[in-house]
Amino acid sequence: MTIKLKDICNQQDRLAPGHRACTGCSETTIVRQVLQAINGPVVVATPTGCLEIITSPYPFTSWRVPWIHVAFESVASVLAGIETANRSLVKQGKIKDQDIHFVAFAGDGATYDIGLQFISGAIERGHKFLYICLNNEAYMNTGIQRSSATPQGAWTTTSPVGKVLPGKTQPRKDLTAIIAAHNIPYVAQAAPHAWRDLMTKVQKAVAADGPSFINVLSPCPRGWRYEPNETIAISRLAADSCVWPLYEVDHGSCRLNYKPSQRSPLIDWLKSQGRFGHLLRPENKPLVDELENWVANEWARLVKRCQ
Amino acid sequence: MAQKGWKEISLAGLVADPGNSVAYETGTWRAFRPVIDFDKCTHCMFCWIYCPDGTIMVEDSKVLGVDLKHCKGCGICATECPRKAIIMVEEAKAQRG
Amino acid sequence: MQETQYVKGKFVALEGDRVVAEVMRQINPDVVAAYPITPQTEVVQTFSEFVADGRVDTEFIAVESEHAAMSACIGASAAGARALTATCGAGLALMWEMLWCASGLRCPIAMAVVNRSLSAPLNILTDQTDMMGARDTGWIQIYAENHQEVYDNAIQAVRIAEHPDVVLPVMHGLAGFVLGHTLGRVEMLPDEVVKEFVGSYKPRYSLLDIEHPTTFGAYDHWDYFFEHKRQQWEGMNCALKVIAEVGEEYGKLTGRHYGLVEPYMLEDAEVAIVIIGSAAGAVRVAADQMRAQGVKAGMLKIRCFRPFPPSAVAGALKDKKAIAVMDRSSCFGAEGNPVFIEVCSSLFQRGIRAKVVDYTYGLGGRDTVPGEFCQVYRDLLQVVQTGVAEPVFRYLGLRDF
Repeated sequence: MTIKLKDICNQQDRLAPGHRACTGCSETTIVRQVLQAINGPVVVATPTGCLEIITSPYPFTSWRVPWIHVAFESVASVLAGIETANRSLVKQGKIKDQDIHFVAFAGDGATYDIGLQFISGAIERGHKFLYICLNNEAYMNTGIQRSSATPQGAWTTTSPVGKVLPGKTQPRKDLTAIIAAHNIPYVAQAAPHAWRDLMTKVQKAVAADGPSFINVLSPCPRGWRYEPNETIAISRLAADSCVWPLYEVDHGSCRLNYKPSQRSPLIDWLKSQGRFGHLLRPENKPLVDELENWVANEWARLVKRCQ
Repeated sequence: MAQKGWKEISLAGLVADPGNSVAYETGTWRAFRPVIDFDKCTHCMFCWIYCPDGTIMVEDSKVLGVDLKHCKGCGICATECPRKAIIMVEEAKAQRG
Repeated sequence: MQETQYVKGKFVALEGDRVVAEVMRQINPDVVAAYPITPQTEVVQTFSEFVADGRVDTEFIAVESEHAAMSACIGASAAGARALTATCGAGLALMWEMLWCASGLRCPIAMAVVNRSLSAPLNILTDQTDMMGARDTGWIQIYAENHQEVYDNAIQAVRIAEHPDVVLPVMHGLAGFVLGHTLGRVEMLPDEVVKEFVGSYKPRYSLLDIEHPTTFGAYDHWDYFFEHKRQQWEGMNCALKVIAEVGEEYGKLTGRHYGLVEPYMLEDAEVAIVIIGSAAGAVRVAADQMRAQGVKAGMLKIRCFRPFPPSAVAGALKDKKAIAVMDRSSCFGAEGNPVFIEVCSSLFQRGIRAKVVDYTYGLGGRDTVPGEFCQVYRDLLQVVQTGVAEPVFRYLGLRDF
């Protein structure tokens, strides 16, 4: 059934205001969208990162659902433990089956990098949970350091623009494909401007009989260097320029969810954020051409895969 | 406010008061305030779905206004409003009326 | 006088690892998350058999690392489940960060540690480097001397951990190979007796309590962190009492009484060896041999290293003329190895100026035999005779050339 805002907007948010996200942060928008999409009880686990610290400065919590933070790297294992405890206690009749959905919200550092082993292990074992990667393409909580999700050419504090280096020199890791290669029921990429697409994916994910994963682009005004009001516009531009394709791998079958009628030029994407500012210099033209090729090739590869 | 001692606070930092962060008013961060022109507003709820802070107040699927205790003034609502029904007004000016 | 009736168990010959697995079966925990590592592997594989045969209700998570094992146990525990695991050596080291999370989040997880050295050089044999390295992680630590103690400690660990005044995780150590992989005689209690002794786990808060959403693991700033650490101290302080109480209750049930320390021939002893773990058996033999030669030799076995029982230790050693503390781990560059430091501090704080020496022994699985402990007693006699304790730091069984 098509999700309509008029139908859901009267529900109380499961993430309360008063959290300390930066002005214009997309992470909390995404969390709101995800939790609004899920009917029924939810238990949330979050690794160390922006979302964790902004929502739980003791003695405050913004969570209106059961929530846990343990450490940076192993949220998939923690959530696996919770999900398993639920299965065990329900099986033994110690608690009643409440049809709980288990959700992780983790940054790209916690997912692409330090937590990759843990998520791989957990989804291979088939724990039924939804893992949402809030992908802001760098370690934002520690102050904008590069991760393997950082795109080539982007400035970060550990891929600085110097006299000989033009920001990050490697393309980002294709984590969504890596997760899909585990052959779990549902894998997708999404972005918050496309709220209906995102929320529909969440509903498919939690309905799946097994692990599910959604990689959500999470624009960050501080780290990407743009004005806070542009967060959703930047998200839209990522999809329009095919830098962040919206697609899903539903039980192995790959489907594009959004195909721009005409692909926005990459240069518009690069111009929109200060982290790419140096790429506009004439001497970096060859790199921009290289990035343009990379995006075109990746897009073509995905389109072919989705045929 | 006097802070509590170790015997008085929850074990291991558990918080059993869900959503109590509403007591922390992030509205004080705001430099610009969203002002809704209800003549233009169609209650499409885009502002509601995009707000990072859940500060668009809604009742019976209608926008009532903005929770100014928590709105940080990011301006996403104004940027995304398809009818341009929201404008951002400098907070100091808005407070002066 | 009325004769006490103890529960009659069944005597079996089992390897230490299997003893641990059998107790886990008897406890029938809600969740076990574990990863194989020599010499703990038989714990995991034996328990897996119990799961495969439907002999337990436990959901077993065959995780991809020890770090994941402890992470999953923390998640399960916060979800209101009784969670157990087992590891050793490098596995415990890989868990290190999570050990702090488990204690800081007050997850009463019980874990067997089949004590193994740490690399490098690679060595898979026993010493106590692993658990001694984890001594400040906020976990309760108890150690077994023999197979029966492995069994008894594994049962008591759950009760200690979950006691409402404690609510801290417990690791119970057993020597890798020496206990883990050798057959020993064990009196196993009937399943229902174990089940009744450990009781059911009643968490105060659970992530699965949907009606009462609770935030676990909130971020503490400078304004609350210190107070939450003080709470952990309180749990540890209470544990001293609880460990003794649980040991006493277990004694009434089985005839095998447990405390924080266990003296052997100590009361009238002039020279004493302080030791933890399986080599205590060899010290008993040495003490007997020395006694036969007219030497007043005794032993103090420390069962509970965290919380450390200073009064019990100082009280037992206060009038000894010379004391050798045996350390099966190394604190490179420290003014003494872990057990020595604790013993000395306990004595010093109580104004006891004993002659104490520290022996490093048995690293990387090196056997230490009774004859070597006899030599330690003779060394102590020399200390008494000369009044000179130097050198304070000594090695036992090292080719010192």
